[in-house]
Amino acid sequence: MKLFLLLAVAALAVLPWIVGSYLVTVMIFIFFYAYLGQAWNIVGGYAGQLSAGHAAFVGIGGYASALLSMRLGVSPWIGMWIGGVLAAALGAVIGYLGFRFGLRGFYFVLLTVAFAEICRVIALNVDAVGGALGLYITFTGNPRQFQFQDNRAYYYVALVLMLAATALVRALEQRRFGAYLTAIRQDESACEALGVDTLRVKMLAMVLSSFLTGVGGTFYAFYLFSLQPNAVFGIPLSVEIVIRPIVGGAGTVMGPILGSFILSPLAEISRTYFAQGGWTGAHLIVYGLLLIAVVLFLPQGAYPALRRLARRGA
Amino acid sequence: MDPTLVGQGLLSGFLFGGVYSLMAVGLTLIFGVMRVVNFAHGDMMVWGMYLAWLLSVRAGIDPYVGFVGCAAVLFMLGLVIQRGLVERIVDAPHEMQILLMLGVALVLENAALVAFGPDPARVRSPLSQGTVWIGPLFVDVARLLTFGLAMILTAALWLFLARTDLGRSMRAAADNPYGARVIGTDVRRVYAAAFGVGAACVGAAGALVSPILPFQPASGLGLSVTSFNIVIIGGMGSLPGAFAGGILVSVAESMGAVFLSPSMKELVSFGLLIAILLFRPAGLFGRTAA
Repeated sequence: MKLFLLLAVAALAVLPWIVGSYLVTVMIFIFFYAYLGQAWNIVGGYAGQLSAGHAAFVGIGGYASALLSMRLGVSPWIGMWIGGVLAAALGAVIGYLGFRFGLRGFYFVLLTVAFAEICRVIALNVDAVGGALGLYITFTGNPRQFQFQDNRAYYYVALVLMLAATALVRALEQRRFGAYLTAIRQDESACEALGVDTLRVKMLAMVLSSFLTGVGGTFYAFYLFSLQPNAVFGIPLSVEIVIRPIVGGAGTVMGPILGSFILSPLAEISRTYFAQGGWTGAHLIVYGLLLIAVVLFLPQGAYPALRRLARRGA
Repeated sequence: MDPTLVGQGLLSGFLFGGVYSLMAVGLTLIFGVMRVVNFAHGDMMVWGMYLAWLLSVRAGIDPYVGFVGCAAVLFMLGLVIQRGLVERIVDAPHEMQILLMLGVALVLENAALVAFGPDPARVRSPLSQGTVWIGPLFVDVARLLTFGLAMILTAALWLFLARTDLGRSMRAAADNPYGARVIGTDVRRVYAAAFGVGAACVGAAGALVSPILPFQPASGLGLSVTSFNIVIIGGMGSLPGAFAGGILVSVAESMGAVFLSPSMKELVSFGLLIAILLFRPAGLFGRTAA
């Protein structure tokens, strides 16, 4: 298994020198969404607290580093950490309100959606942060400004983000903290009865998850060079973040990566294929059908099913 | 602040609240009976709007008549979704239900996008031309008509639940599914009927609002979120709560539009939602929190 993973990483490292620029772009999105999915996985997958407002953290992180760079000349390499901290602060507020007041299931979902929507409406209406027009970053191609002439540089940044988040989640899983998270998902009252400070554990998970997602916001801003309130704070982005780990297997290390490798190319292929027929939106129908199929037939996600298959074969 | 402006805002908010109420009553009925949150609620409403548009453009049927057909089609759609999908996961964890309904919402929204395109549409009704003056305030005839019909439909649903056998079994299944089964209620049939009636409510609400509110496929998400707000504020599963919550949220939004700015009106209902979630999660009319 270890050898296989090493080979896979090595293959990904040389890939951009072999394939064309289009495929590199597709891979960048696969890595980036896998990264966001991995960040969500900590609180949504392992701890089972279904946040449907993670776009808020992408937005806060992206806006923070973009504004710092545009207005104060702070390099996004520093701004990304500040954005992460701000996102973590919002995550702490949402988490505290949700967990302290015992909001579960649908109620927690709505709380997270409400906060993300409030961020969206504020970003739309406050002209100091760009208002409805959003923010546009001028391209300089300066690596110190998180801008690269070569697409392959973004490829490696996205790859490193994904691998780092995955290594972190793997490390968490093997520690007591990871066991607590899984225990909370499976039976919170029992976990509490055994003396685990569930509020503290859930808060830590939420803060860590929102911090990582906020850091990802910088990549979003400086890869796409624009931040639109409806796109970056909107519910559709939250759905994109949630759907990959769930399809791949929420609460597993490989789930978000597998999910992203399944969904991102599928979205890309159906988008280009259907767009030729003028069928914009058809790829989201495919998403919807896939989500329904996963819930009905693979409620644990693709990764656990794949592992069962592999075991049976061996 | 000009009192006429405030009065006008209160009045139009109140009248628009009729549609919110009907929409939220449909959602709370589905939740109350099955404990399933219909994430596709707003998208069903958008389909109600587009059906009214089709009837009006293709067959020349006024939406204030055509809403009956829209409700009937949505009833069938609700029945199919319940029988084909929701029934399999009624006992699954909440998260799974949410994801399933999210999948249905994605399919419905984007099917509308493929079928009708992304541009905003609006249904023209000859009935919506006139205005009536009440003292210094004016009212569109269309808004009055929409409000009146929404109230009649809500009252009809009320009678249905209170007086008919099927309605009584629905309330029984909502109250205590196990007990309802013990006394021989066909819970499967009741669930299907509840999902169908809930969908019919929101379909009718969509058709009734189509002459006064421009819509597009992407409108569904916002309408879903508004329905959730209303239902949580009123109390999940409570019909009077959904009814009063609809009017309350609509008036609050229109006051937000008057005092803040029209584009900030959503902040008011989200603020209201967060306050309710934290301090009275059972909602204004609910008995217990889930």
